[in-house]
Amino acid sequence: MADLTRLTAAQTAEMIASGEVTAVEVAEAHLARIEAVDEKVHAFLHIDREGALAKAREVDEKRARGERLGPLAGVPAAVKDLFTTEGVPTTVGSKILEGWIPPYDSTVVRKLKEADVVILGKTNMDEFAMGSSTENSAYGPTGNPWDLTRVPGGSGGGSSAAITAYEAPLALGTDTGGSIRQPAAVTGTVGVKPTYGGVSRYGMVAFSSSLDQAGPCARTVLDAALLHAVIGGHDELDSTSIDQPVPDVVAAARNGDVAGLRVGVVTEFRGEGYQAGVLQRVDETVELLRELGAEVVEVSCPSFTKALAAYYLIAPSECSSNLARFDAMRYGLRVGDDGTHSAEEVTALTREAGFGDEVKRRVMLGTYALSSGYYDAYYGSAQKVRTLITRDFERAFGEVDVLVSPTTPTTAFPIGERTDDPMAMYLADLCTIPSNLAGNAAMSVPCGLAPEDGLPVGLQIIAPAMADDCLYRVGAALEAAHQARWGHPLLEEAPSL
Amino acid sequence: MTVTELVPYEEALATYDPVMGLEVHVELGTATKMFCGCSTTLGADANSQTCPTCLGLPGALPVVNATGVESAVRIGLALHCEIAEWCRFARKNYFYPDMPKNFQTSQYDEPIAFDGYLDVQLEDGEIFRVEIERAHMEEDTGKSTHIGGATGRIHGASHSLLDYNRAGIPLIEIVTKPIEGAGERAPEVAKAYVAELRELIKALGVSEARMEMGQMRCDVNLSLRPKGERSFGTRSETKNVNSLRSVERAARFEVQRHAAVLDAGGKIVQETRHFHEDDGSTTPGRVKEEAEDYRYFPEPDLVPVAPSREWVEELRAGLPELPRVRRNRLREEWGISQHEMQSVLNAGAVGLIVATTDAGAPADQARKWWMGELARRANESGTDLADLPIGPEDVARVCALVAEGSLNDKLARQVIEGVLDGEGAPDEVVEKRGLKVVSDEGALGAAVDEAIAGNAAVAEKIRGGKVQAAGALVGAVMKATRGQADAARVRELILEKLGVEG
Amino acid sequence: MPGISREEVAHLARLARLELKDEELDHFAGQLDDIIGAVATVSDVANEDVPPTSHPLPLTNVMRPDTVRPSLTPQQALSGAPAQEQQRFKVPQILGED
Ligand SMILES: [Mg+2]
Ligand SMILES: [Zn+2]
Repeated sequence: MADLTRLTAAQTAEMIASGEVTAVEVAEAHLARIEAVDEKVHAFLHIDREGALAKAREVDEKRARGERLGPLAGVPAAVKDLFTTEGVPTTVGSKILEGWIPPYDSTVVRKLKEADVVILGKTNMDEFAMGSSTENSAYGPTGNPWDLTRVPGGSGGGSSAAITAYEAPLALGTDTGGSIRQPAAVTGTVGVKPTYGGVSRYGMVAFSSSLDQAGPCARTVLDAALLHAVIGGHDELDSTSIDQPVPDVVAAARNGDVAGLRVGVVTEFRGEGYQAGVLQRVDETVELLRELGAEVVEVSCPSFTKALAAYYLIAPSECSSNLARFDAMRYGLRVGDDGTHSAEEVTALTREAGFGDEVKRRVMLGTYALSSGYYDAYYGSAQKVRTLITRDFERAFGEVDVLVSPTTPTTAFPIGERTDDPMAMYLADLCTIPSNLAGNAAMSVPCGLAPEDGLPVGLQIIAPAMADDCLYRVGAALEAAHQARWGHPLLEEAPSL
Repeated sequence: MTVTELVPYEEALATYDPVMGLEVHVELGTATKMFCGCSTTLGADANSQTCPTCLGLPGALPVVNATGVESAVRIGLALHCEIAEWCRFARKNYFYPDMPKNFQTSQYDEPIAFDGYLDVQLEDGEIFRVEIERAHMEEDTGKSTHIGGATGRIHGASHSLLDYNRAGIPLIEIVTKPIEGAGERAPEVAKAYVAELRELIKALGVSEARMEMGQMRCDVNLSLRPKGERSFGTRSETKNVNSLRSVERAARFEVQRHAAVLDAGGKIVQETRHFHEDDGSTTPGRVKEEAEDYRYFPEPDLVPVAPSREWVEELRAGLPELPRVRRNRLREEWGISQHEMQSVLNAGAVGLIVATTDAGAPADQARKWWMGELARRANESGTDLADLPIGPEDVARVCALVAEGSLNDKLARQVIEGVLDGEGAPDEVVEKRGLKVVSDEGALGAAVDEAIAGNAAVAEKIRGGKVQAAGALVGAVMKATRGQADAARVRELILEKLGVEG
Repeated sequence: MPGISREEVAHLARLARLELKDEELDHFAGQLDDIIGAVATVSDVANEDVPPTSHPLPLTNVMRPDTVRPSLTPQQALSGAPAQEQQRFKVPQILGED
């Protein structure tokens, strides 16, 4: 039998449905793969072997009874450790939640279960999703399967590394400033940040509520669409959820086509700080779009140059409030409760011990930006910038159907290179942040390897809010054209582990 | 802490002019919490009415209770406020163990209702207009029990226990503008305002507003300024003053305390203070090293609330008659004085009397029973009138039986007693106790004849024109019939038999 | 834009309930100063007549009916508690309002 871990999610689902393989065989193959390689990759924080096999057996029994199976039934998936999972530890990559077992499922996880997806476990991440390298995890970094001495991006490095290393065909991520797209770019995989409100946030441990959005990580555009369709849609438990059907992303992914499509290249996202090989591959891909029949123009979005600054005020402000609940009173770590410290002191001692440096930095930065006397200059101005960025997008989408840019300025950087330089780290999200601020939809698709280091480069595609299907149409067309050129999926060029 | 000798109240008022601000929190009587579907029923097992949202578990999100918003708008309208066309919730950030998220979801600079007023009537009938700054929506905190300290107080406690059943229950905070010009009547105005607000909340049916249950809580902010001065002095904030009487006492105490400090050339510290029921004093709260900075910002987990004008007008049209207007109408209908009305109000009898008249009883009769016999009984047993085991329907039935002559006053009293003792509805009590008025003219005639025969001297006086003396014979007849006769009819019969005009 | 001092970092840490160590104060003061210097560019728009955006979606009036949903059991509610007593969350002594 072929290696089951090399199949796409779509193929796996078909084979399970047709009885060619059982869901248990698929789950076991992936669990074995995890066992074989995860010591090196460290994509997982927790593996739920029992839960996965139980679900797989359930799927096989359903099939045996002749019940209709959903489009992802029996397909394994990894879940970023930021989604609550009832009965399964959820740490958000932080010491402060070590050992916490949530009494409830996030909406997205509930939907995966209802769709008979086999959840393998929880993946590593930067603590509270704050970071661009997964080095901020309290449980150690994840390696990039292309080069284990390099970062897999972040914050969702665990999810992207897991699919890159064939530990799972699918993974859930969250994207607050690029945490799905940037890891996808540097691991040569597909990552989508859906329209804000398109996927429920209920049960996603909040980093920055007005920016956070859950989305799919996959090796192919179609697989991403299949997962997107399962997790998307209105949720009455999330007030910011859009009460409209999710656009038909699966149909779009099956009908990749850019003929006549108007594509805008964002002029602000190039120049100083951008790796030459990244720009080269992106330019070639833009040229490919033109060859495929798209009409390509340059579009300027001047306010995007202020996006990073606005983001590093808005996200820390919201997180300073969202993370206040980690106070050692109701759940999680408690330090210093020896009878000599007050509740207030125990809270401060626990947060000091339980949060890593990046979390502390952002909590203090946000506390500062919201303080009386600074609010207008910082938080208030950042919200104005947000309006200007939204207007830039509106203007651009008046002229073009989608915008494209590099997903991230460089390829995967070495572990440890930027840990002492927060500002350098923040630059990794330069191109992805505007979409979080405006709430529209964006995707990263592979566009080759940078000549200078042989590492993957991602192209970012941005579509208006609720036009998520547009991303998949473009992504699928590029994927097909690239593979026709390369003769195989990009990931096949990755070294074996 | 230095103990300041209080300045006599009148003396303080001779020098200073008090300015007050009142902040009232009302717990709404919704079925569920403000941002989650947990029940709000009182008296449940600890932590049995909690969910990921109201426990502040990681990942949980709030969703607004539609009835909470409707109640807020109705309160705003009843307070003659403007209703925001668009407003947001905001997070008020501060750490406290009874607050699961360590921020309170509240409203900041965009309250749902603002710029209104409430007219309150003082004891002497004077109307005082209290201007309303705002009414906004927010959520309650959990409840802590302090273990190991004296009498469950926080000081000296070794640890605390938290029950989050109350966390997230909807609150409406109603804030007045500075109340100026009340002069020596400031404490009375404060009390009358809170009383009137409570009546209003109850009339709207949005809360039972029981202060003793914490369903309505008042903070009294007070400052003094030298007479003639326009700018305000430094205020103190006395928290959680939880009865009408305490509101008045707290305001009075603070006037006297401020005056003492100012007279001595001291400065008022802007601080929160605690009120003590036992002696009516206030003491300062814990001194914080740093000024509170709540870092308010728009709540990103909730979307703005934009009440449509049509909906607001619909709610306005459905408002009940305002309590003060209703009270004055009833007072006129009942033909009683301001003072008598005040007693009815204090007894909590307005609704009961109205319900009794709605059930067919004349107003004076209804009032007589509720404010007389029943008020006495309630007083004796220490319960509220409304909690007595007798209802307006019963009282109305007793009145009807009296009106048709089946009961006299004395028997009616016994029937009421029977109902209160759980013997059943008035008719059942009449039946069981055999309390019908003796209306058999034959039997009554015989009893009258007997009484005349047995009191010949009295009878003679009556015949001689001393009609007042008939009382003695009526008494004898009533005694003989064990009270079950209609005294008026007995009197008629006596006079008839003795051949005198009544 | 003013820079950020060590004292200010200490103040922020208190507000945010972080018991920072001395060496952390210096470390963070330097880093926060850099970051604040960089993000301060947003204040270029402070005086522009632009409305602020707090929510990425133009949604309003999302509400739920006032109907009771099942709560967690007290056991579930307390399942993560560092300490409990009498079916309540047990916490160290609270300093504050009496
Ligand atoms: Mg309040
Ligand atoms: Zn709840």
